[in-house]
Amino acid sequence: MGNPMRIRATENGGVVDVKVLMSHVMETGQRKDTAGVAVPAHFIQTVSATYNGAMIMEADWGPAVSKDPFWNFKFKGGKKGDKVTVKWVDNKGDSRTDEAVIA
Amino acid sequence: MIKDEKEFGMKATFTRRQALQGGAAYGALGLFVAAGLVTPQQALAQQAAWNKAAFDTTDIDATAKALGGGGFAPSDKITLTGPDIAENGAVVPVGVATTLPNVTQIAILVEKNPNTLAANFKMSKDAEPFVTTRVKMGQSSNVYAMVQSDGKLYVAKKEIKVTLGGCGG
Repeated sequence: MGNPMRIRATENGGVVDVKVLMSHVMETGQRKDTAGVAVPAHFIQTVSATYNGAMIMEADWGPAVSKDPFWNFKFKGGKKGDKVTVKWVDNKGDSRTDEAVIA
Repeated sequence: MIKDEKEFGMKATFTRRQALQGGAAYGALGLFVAAGLVTPQQALAQQAAWNKAAFDTTDIDATAKALGGGGFAPSDKITLTGPDIAENGAVVPVGVATTLPNVTQIAILVEKNPNTLAANFKMSKDAEPFVTTRVKMGQSSNVYAMVQSDGKLYVAKKEIKVTLGGCGG
């Protein structure tokens, strides 16, 4: 299931700024370990952010996104006290969903 | 057979047997699984509609094509932010913002990485045309921001020099 994401959502002038820090190895599949054996790829492929059940932004990621990915985005029309939900799914089928209250 | 297809789809982990049985419900995909062409993990990834074709591309033109556009034009309405020199190629902060109208997609491309496309963000109408993330860079390279506005692709580029590559080893 992976470790919890850290999500911070702040509303300012009708625009909500969301910062997400995920915990994931983001292994490219191109790296070799100390024994010279290739480390299999393990990375987040899709992420999505929803507000009150409505999709704000979805993304496809490749292995070139850094380890422990950081994601910052903004959207209009969010209200303080409401929740923003972020979900990721990796190439091994593992997934994690976390939410944050807009401050 | 699995009775509740929806429940099956929601499972985070499952065995190969379950995948074979459940796969049949997905028609052609099930056939691929049964034929051993696709592993259960890959089958699951495909259900999530990850754009594999776009991530397999190795140059800007091919990536643009895979993202649903033929050509692309440079635009000064896209702001691509990042360091001039990145000390650590494993963590390079890259931000894209634009004043172009009706933005539906923002992609970040690193020209000299093994695969060009790093990330592709699909915006709803409520999303501001702004995104920031961190990417890996194997070596100094041009980084492109590709923005789809009114159905057309526009790009901005920035050269980022890397003093320590981000591909390990």
